[in-house]
Amino acid sequence: MELLRGALAIAWKDVRLELRSRDVITSALVFGLIVVVVFNFGLNRAPGSLAPVAPGLLWVAYAFIGVLAMNRAFTRELEQGGLDGLLLAPVSRDAVFLGKMLGSLIFMLVIEAILLPVFAVMLDLPTLSPTLGLVILLATVGFATVGTFFAAIAVQTRSREILLPVLFFPVIVPVIIAAVEASALVLQGGPMTGVWTRWLPLLVVFDALFLVICPWIFGFIFEG
Amino acid sequence: MAAIAGQPTRKTPWRAAIRDARLWLLLLAAVLTLVDGYLIFVVAPTDAVLGHIQRIFYIHVPISILSFLGFLLCAIAGIGYLIRRGESWDRLAHASAEVGVVFVTLALITGVIWARPVWGVWWTWEPRLTTTLILWFIYVAYLMIRQYAPTPQQGRVWSAVVGIIGFVDVPIVYYSVQWWRSIHPVQVIGPEAADDALEPIMARILIFSLVATLALFGYLLLERMALRKTEDTLAQLRRDANSD
Repeated sequence: MELLRGALAIAWKDVRLELRSRDVITSALVFGLIVVVVFNFGLNRAPGSLAPVAPGLLWVAYAFIGVLAMNRAFTRELEQGGLDGLLLAPVSRDAVFLGKMLGSLIFMLVIEAILLPVFAVMLDLPTLSPTLGLVILLATVGFATVGTFFAAIAVQTRSREILLPVLFFPVIVPVIIAAVEASALVLQGGPMTGVWTRWLPLLVVFDALFLVICPWIFGFIFEG
Repeated sequence: MAAIAGQPTRKTPWRAAIRDARLWLLLLAAVLTLVDGYLIFVVAPTDAVLGHIQRIFYIHVPISILSFLGFLLCAIAGIGYLIRRGESWDRLAHASAEVGVVFVTLALITGVIWARPVWGVWWTWEPRLTTTLILWFIYVAYLMIRQYAPTPQQGRVWSAVVGIIGFVDVPIVYYSVQWWRSIHPVQVIGPEAADDALEPIMARILIFSLVATLALFGYLLLERMALRKTEDTLAQLRRDANSD
């Protein structure tokens, strides 16, 4: 309970900061749109034929936004000794990790929820369903867990902008695969056995594994 | 910190033994590699289906296996370092990651050279290939994080952490790519390599290659660890000189 209270306090701090500045959400929304527009030019598909590549586009945009949002969540802590304050807070390192992770998770879910209908229009996505929501939630938990962990390392280095994606994307490959495949199945509206027997369990296993490992070794990365 | 630099380090017998082991391993690796070259290019029969290109397999398979050994060692040494904080754990982790990256790069290059005539494509998103590529990315990031860390101490801890995460991730990557491939089969032109159809002489040469490459791997690992030790001592001497 102590852990949860500390984590929620840190997450709430991030949310309040965002409510007042709105810089992450605004920039991430515009960025997400521009990614889809740029891809549209890159692929140059005929009207109405975007459906096969739409899940891929959706997740490339979400993954890029995730990197952006998580980098921002930690660079903000660099200003005015925020990171030191965070580490001096009377909570365990697990709580710090969970708090930052929850903060990033909330930002990303909000951004994804706003962008999804926009993408549905732009990419001509056939159906939206609760299962898709579940896929997005589980995949975003994976993004936020791994991303928060690596952002905490990357932000302390000289080349923080480039190091986060370099660390983040290779590790997150299973989540991207599972999210794209599950979304494709859901959006096709056909039989969804693959979603329930394969991709959702894969996401759950990935999330559970990294939710255990990341807090466990998080304490190490603030040494020295 | 560990040893007090600037003072002559004690010559423990095992340290001298390791130095000797390095020399012997170098000699052994050199002889075995030469013999291996002879076996691969002269003794080994030309594959009936694949032709001469099949010979690359005697090099490709051992270096792939040993790169995985390198990353396994790196993860174990990383855990060892986080628990024990011994410099030698970190040297082992660093050296095995570097040798592992070199080997996995060579494995990817030899694999691509082999795939073109045999599969008809330079690259295919086959699970083993894809996992190896992801592995390459993770351990290149591992080496980058050491480079970019503000202090060597942070580099050691961070890279240990990345090594552990990377190693946990690899099996998940493998299974997810396998599932993904089962839905999107990539057209493979030409005969698939049959793993079971190995002539006994081919299998024996492969095992010899594995031993030769293992000797080379062991030598490179020990040499890199010794070099790291010298680098550490030099860094310590520089710090001491600056603080005086």
